[in-house]
Order: sequence, then C-alpha cells, then structure tokens
Amino acid sequence: MITMDNTSTVPSPRDGNPQTPLLEVRDLHVEFHTRDGVAKAVNGVNYSVSAGETLAVLGESGSGKSVTAQAIMGILDMPPGRIPQGEILFRGQDMLKMSFEERRKLRGRKIAMIFQDALSSLNPVLTVGYQLGEMFRVHQGLSKKEARLKAIELMDKVKIPAAKERVDDYPHHFSGGMRQRIMIAMAIALEPDLIIADEPTTALDVTVQAQVMDLLAELQRELNMGLILITHDLGVVADVADKIAVMYAGRIVETAPVHEIYKRPAHPYTRGLLDSIPRLDQKGQDLFAIKGLPPNLLRLPTGCSFNPRCTVAQDICRTDVPLLQVVSEQDGSELPGRASACHFWKEQLHG
Amino acid sequence: MPDMTKTEALSTEGAVAPVDAIAPVTHEKPRSLWGDAWADLRRNPYFLVSSVLIFVLLLIAAFPGLFTSADPTKGDLVHHFLTKPELGSIGSPDWFGYDGQGRSVYARLIYGTRASIIVAVAVTLIVTIIGSITGMISGYFGGITDAIISRITDIFFGIPFLLGSMVVLQAFTKRTVWTVVFALAFLGWTQITRVMRGSVITVKQADYVHAAKALGAGTTRILFRHVLPNAMAPVIVVSTIALGGYVGAEATLSYLGLGLASPTISWGVDISAGAAQIRVAEHILLYPSLMLSVTVLAFIMLGEAVRNALDPKLR
Amino acid sequence: MGRYVARRLLQMIPVFFGTTLLIFLMVYSLPGDPVAGLFGDKGTDPATLAALRHEHGLDLPIMQQYWNYISDILFHFDFGKQIRSGREITDVLGSAFPVTLRLALLAFAIEMVVGLGLGIVAGLKAGKLADNLVLILTLLIISMPVFVLGFIIKTVFAFQLGWIEPNVSNNETWGELLTPAIVLGSLSLAYVARLTRTSMAENLRADYVRTAVAKGLPKRRVIGVHLMRNSMIPVVTFLGTDIGALMGGAVVTEGIFNVKGVGGLIYDSIIRREGLTVVGVVTVLVVVYLVASLLVDLLYAVLDPRIRYA
Repeated sequence: MITMDNTSTVPSPRDGNPQTPLLEVRDLHVEFHTRDGVAKAVNGVNYSVSAGETLAVLGESGSGKSVTAQAIMGILDMPPGRIPQGEILFRGQDMLKMSFEERRKLRGRKIAMIFQDALSSLNPVLTVGYQLGEMFRVHQGLSKKEARLKAIELMDKVKIPAAKERVDDYPHHFSGGMRQRIMIAMAIALEPDLIIADEPTTALDVTVQAQVMDLLAELQRELNMGLILITHDLGVVADVADKIAVMYAGRIVETAPVHEIYKRPAHPYTRGLLDSIPRLDQKGQDLFAIKGLPPNLLRLPTGCSFNPRCTVAQDICRTDVPLLQVVSEQDGSELPGRASACHFWKEQLHG
Repeated sequence: MPDMTKTEALSTEGAVAPVDAIAPVTHEKPRSLWGDAWADLRRNPYFLVSSVLIFVLLLIAAFPGLFTSADPTKGDLVHHFLTKPELGSIGSPDWFGYDGQGRSVYARLIYGTRASIIVAVAVTLIVTIIGSITGMISGYFGGITDAIISRITDIFFGIPFLLGSMVVLQAFTKRTVWTVVFALAFLGWTQITRVMRGSVITVKQADYVHAAKALGAGTTRILFRHVLPNAMAPVIVVSTIALGGYVGAEATLSYLGLGLASPTISWGVDISAGAAQIRVAEHILLYPSLMLSVTVLAFIMLGEAVRNALDPKLR
Repeated sequence: MGRYVARRLLQMIPVFFGTTLLIFLMVYSLPGDPVAGLFGDKGTDPATLAALRHEHGLDLPIMQQYWNYISDILFHFDFGKQIRSGREITDVLGSAFPVTLRLALLAFAIEMVVGLGLGIVAGLKAGKLADNLVLILTLLIISMPVFVLGFIIKTVFAFQLGWIEPNVSNNETWGELLTPAIVLGSLSLAYVARLTRTSMAENLRADYVRTAVAKGLPKRRVIGVHLMRNSMIPVVTFLGTDIGALMGGAVVTEGIFNVKGVGGLIYDSIIRREGLTVVGVVTVLVVVYLVASLLVDLLYAVLDPRIRYA
C-alpha cells in the first residue's frame, strides 16, 4: 500500500505498518436525546478504509450512514447527539479521545467531507474563492493573495471553466453540478488522506451525476485517498466502490466486495434493495418494493431490526439479535471480506 | 381554526403526492403542524403561566365585583394617600394602600383592568382583520395591487406610532375607550399587513397551492382554503404579542393625558396621577405599573410560546 | 446597483408626500381653532379672527394649504411660523432636534453594543443558563412600558441612591443624557438582543456552518466569519429603521427626565394645537426614517449578495 503525503508541514502520527488501515470504526454507538426519548441512530458499527480504497456505505435514510460519517468528522450536534461507546481510529489513534484542537487540525487537512446539498453547504455570503482559499489560509498560513491563486488552481483542477473569472462569484451564481465541483475542490484542497462523500450526487441531475462521480474517482486515484462513499443508490456504487457495507437501523447488516454482493447477497435486506432496482429485461413486470417503513429509532424492534419487513423471518428473528458474522462457501472455504448479520445467511447465500 | 388546518394538510397531501404516496402510512398517528404545536405548548411552562394569568385577567375584566367589595370611585379622606399598603391583608381594600383622594388602590387596579383589556383586544381584532385582508390581497395578487397597497402601508408606517396616535386622539373632544381603540388601530394595522404579505408570498409558492390551481380551484377557494390557513401562523403570533403592546400603548397615552381620563378607571390614568406624587407615596405608581407590566408580559409570553411551538426550526 | 438606488428613491417620493399629507390632514382635522385659541375664553371680534386666518393661509382649501406648506419646505426650507409665539418653526426645530438627536444616538449606541453583546452570548449558548437569563431579562424589559421603567430608574437611582440628578439640565451634557438614553434604548436593546440570539441560534445549525467546522476552521473563525455575517442581516434591518423610531418615541422619556427636545416640543404643540409645528416635526422624522431605510437597503445588499437588483 502506498501512502502519499504532500502536506508534511505538520507531521501527523503515522506508523509504517501497512496492515493498519487508514480509518477504522470500532463498535460505534450514537444516540440522540430528543423530546420523545432516546433515538439510537448507530448501534455498534464496524468498518475500515485503507488508502486508495473506496468503501460504499449503503442504506435508506435513517439507517445511520450519515450519522456515522458525522461522528467521524466530529460534526455531530452534541447535544442532542451522544457517543456512548466506540472508537474511531485514524491511523491507529482514537479520534474520540483527542483534544478539540487535535481533531480540528485533522479536519480538512487529513479527513475532508463532501456534503449532499452544495447550495446550502456553501456560505451564501462569501465568494467561492474566499471559501476555497480559507483552507490554505487557516491550515497553511498563506496570505490572502496566495490563497486566491491556489483557489483558482483548485477550480481548474475540478474542471470549472473560466476559473480565473469566476473565483469571485458567489455560490448562487453557479449551477448545481459546478457547485458540487466546488465542494469537491474544497475537500481535496489540502490533499487529505481520506474523503467522506455524503450522497455527493443525490441532489444533481442524472447527466451531471456521472461527471461528478468520475471526477471524484479520478482525483481519488491521483491522490491515492481513501474514500467513504455514502449513498442510497446502488447504481452509483458499482462503478467506483471496492467494498460495500449495507446499513440498516444503525447496524451493518452485510459487508462484501462490490461485485459479489450483486451476484449473491447474503442478507434479505440487501436482496430486497437489489430487487427494487428497475431493470430493462423485466420491463412490464411490477417493480419490487420492500414492504413497510424503516423502523422508528426510538423503539427498535426486538431481535433483528429488519424482522417486521422481512419475507423470511422466523421466530428467532424476533427474539435474538443476529451478529455480523463471517460467511463462507458451502464447502467451508473462505469468502474474503464477506459477512452478514442474518440468522439464515446460509439460505440467503446458497439457497 | 386548528381543525381547519388539519383537514387542509390532509387534503393537500393527497394533491401533492406521487412522491409521498410511495411511502406507506406510518404506524403512529401523524401529527399536523397545529397538533404538534399543541403537544409542545402543553409542556411549556411559559405557556401555562401566561394562560393562567390571561384567564385571571379576563375574569377580573369581566367580573371585577368578584375580586373586591370596595368602590373604586369612592374616596374617603380618612384614608389619606400617605396610608401605606398593608400587604398582609390580602384582597382587602387596604392591600395596596390608598391614593391621594383616599380611594383604594387595589379596587382601582381591579376595576381598571377592563379598560385595558377591552382596548387591547378590540385594537388587536381590528388590526388583525384589516391587516390580514390587505396583506393577503397584496401578497397573493402582486403586481400593481401589491405596489399600491405596499406604498399605502409605507405611508402609514412612516408616521411614528406614538406621535400619530397622540394627534388622532387630540382630534376627539370627548375621549372614551373607543376613541383610544380608533387611534391605536389607525396606525397599527400596517404591522399585520406586512407580516401577512410576507407569509402569503411564501405560501403562494408552495406546491399545494400550485396543485390546487392545477386542479382548477377558484381564486376565492385557493385564498381561503389553502393560502389563508397556512399563512395565518405568523399573524397569530404577531397579533398576540402586539396585544400586549397595545395594553402598554393605552397606558402610555393615558399617562400622557391624551388617552383615557378620569372618571374612566384605567391603570394609565392612575399611573399618571401617581407620577405626580412619586416622592411622597410610591405605591400609587408602583402597583398599577406592576399590574400593567404583568399583563403585557403575559401576552408576550403567550405569543412567544406559540411562536416557538409553531416553528419546527427551533425544536 | 445604480438602477436599484434610483428605483428605491422613486418609491420614496410617493411615501414622502403621502405621509406628510396624511399627518397634515390629521392635524387639520383637529377640532378647535388655533387662532381663536389665542384669545382665550373671552374671544375677539370675528373680523380680527378672519384677518389672522387669512394671514396664516387657514382660509384656503385644505389641499391648497398642504401644497403651499410642502412647497415652502421643499423650495425655501420654510416650515412656517408658530401661531402663538410667532417664532420660525425652523428655529424651534433647530433648538430641539440636536438634543433629541444626541439622545437617540446615545440610545442607539447603547442598544447596539449591549443588545448585540447579549444576543451573541445567548445565541452561542442557546438553551444554557446564560441564554435563559438573557431571555428572561429581555422579556421583562419588553413587558415594561417605557414610562414604568423610567420611573423605576428615576426613583431608585435619583431619589433613593442619589447617584444621578432626577432632571437633565439645560446644558444636556452626554453624562446627563446617559440615563435617559438607557431608558429610551432599553426596549430596542431587548429586541436587538432577541433578534441576534434567534438569528445566531438558527444559523448555528445551518449547513454552511457545519461545512466550516468540517473544514477544520478554528472556532472563532467559524463564528466570526461564517456565522456572524449571515446572522447580522436581520439585525441590521432592525437597527436601521430604529434610529427614527427612537426619535419619535422620545416623548415619554424626555417628559420623565425633563429633556427639552423634540418630544416635549411635539407634546406641547399637540396640546396647544400648534398644527404646523407638529407637521414640521413629523416631516423631519419621516425624512430621517426614509433615509435610514434606504441606507439599510443598501447595506443589506452589501451583506447579502443574493439580493437581486431587479
């Protein structure tokens, strides 16, 4: 594994051990204290990303995928949010135990985030040049003038036409796709080790979605960054992700290398998601939809959270919480990177 | 009112919908904006305190005789105004002492409530009706109608409120509760017009209004079934808070000698009289001032509680 | 931008004429005859009255009176004469306005500094103790009519503690004006604090603030640059229109502290039916208000680039 580090102004803690992933989330729990009770948004999530690797986190809204990302970035609203247990290791160091200043210095410089709605995520009263240049001024101490030049450079890099003329424009002067490019430019400004992209293309037109996704993938390769791609769109995932984690009700229900999951899902929820993709070869048939609604986070069902919506649920599903366990081939040979949190994963995988 | 909006929300949901229709009905009873607000209000101590205060004030205004047996107009110089309050004697005429003419300050407080409440409620009703109608027309139709109404509003808004009311009141030789109401409403309506206009412009752009139009609903129907109920919330809040303000305004005008005058009993009149004797007997000034402030406070607290309950952003 | 200013100026013209006409009509619908009032209860012969009326132009149709009046102001800066004293109203205004202007500016400075300060503290600590204290304090101030607050302050600080003089002298030093200014500015101060607080607390949850945090910006930069600019937009609007309101609202405060400013002048003029003086004062206040709201609009455009100059 190759790690590139061009931002060596402040030496960051890193050990040479290539086995240590860039980011590792261990048994993370997040809850929100609301007027109606405690909402358990994340209930023991584990995942990891290495440099150059893309992890796609898949799930419906309310599955906890964005909350996990916000916990990693340290931008959860606390209160009402709370992290009762868990670890978030960045290069082996638990970020939850760091001081505010230590974490702040990681943000933007080592870990950056791209948000879904670029219009509301960019400050409406500051020019894009200012907002891009701010990264260099704050983290690298550049002057206003130097920062502005860097901002133009960045805008060129994300292929915004006429960057020099547009650097003093305000966010609302740009189209949706261009705004998302500015968000991406801001994220890659300091060539971070890890980028978290929270539904980066959801708010965009379909034609623009592919362009933005391609740009992101290209920059990731170029800078050898780790990428956590949060999405609810299985179509986006297939082309760019290396591995997938499917989340439901704050838990990971299945993990797998990207292509295997399409062929052989090991969890009924994943299967349901795959079946609900419209397909040309099934034209004329009714679309499949998973029945019911995502569970109420204030009152999670007992046992497997998915059991009220599951077509193959048995009694055990209503009493015992299934753990995420390694799955294997019928002959017992290993399936690397694959795990499922279903009591009946064998039936799902091999049935 | 809340019921009307509830049905409104339901009927519009059906109209907007293909997107939402995919999601099946929730297991829990969905709460409307007003239902949610009510759930919020019931737990808000500010709301509870202000509601109780307002209820008591209304009771005093309606049946002052229930609260004191003393005659507020009868002075007995045995009780010179230097007779200090006897705070132990709760509810008796001696409670808050006597004024310069030997009248019970407590009895005058009780009987003065009615004037303040009537003025404030009447002004609020009038300005809310006028302001809502003008604001709705201005915001909904836009264009030249809006320009004209907006300029007229600007004209009335340009005159300082207190000075304008003073001039209007001076036009009446005989001043009653109703002349004060007229003076305050004359310049007061612009505030509601502006709020309503802004609110209607926002609501007008909502999808359910477009949907209603697409379904062929007439202008009147759209205005009264769709726009008005959804645009009302900010107006109700501003009106409630303004009600408190009008209580204060009436007292201010009476204090200046331009509002109500003796023999009408009003807190402002008593405060005006008390101000002249402030160095010898503070209590004549103190208790009406206190009563006045508590009343204003109650309405402002109520208005703010309702606003917070209606604004999901603040939750 | 230039076109926008021009359009706003054009919009101000009908408002200026409308407002002055409205107050003119209001004043002239007052019953009683200012000329007859000159002679008290005894009265005088009708011929003298008619001559005096003619001299003051009071026998003309009302619209013509208005036109004569407003064109004198616009073209000759002539506000007419007081009927009773015969003094030029510009003189009367000239001696009363500076005092009230100073009082209003002082009140404005207090409300801006203290109001913004309290609002920022409360907004950043939304839901905490400091926030609740500010909310309760401002609620109490808003509930207390100005004259009540004025008397409380006067009783406590002048009569009981003896820290200040109960009445402002005719020199009207800044020190003497401080207490009246606090009383005058208190209500607006409370509004500014609450407006700032709400605006800050709301924007604190905005997506772009979250972005600023995610960029790794230090806290003071997130607040000072990203949060403040957006939060100040509604506050500026309020502050801008308030300077005129403070001058118009000074009647009560000036009465309590015996300040010889516009408030006292207008009160006396209303009581004595000096119509021209009332109209004159209100006209000046309207101009102040219009100019202030134009400035606010321009400032608003600077603060918020999303405003379009259509």
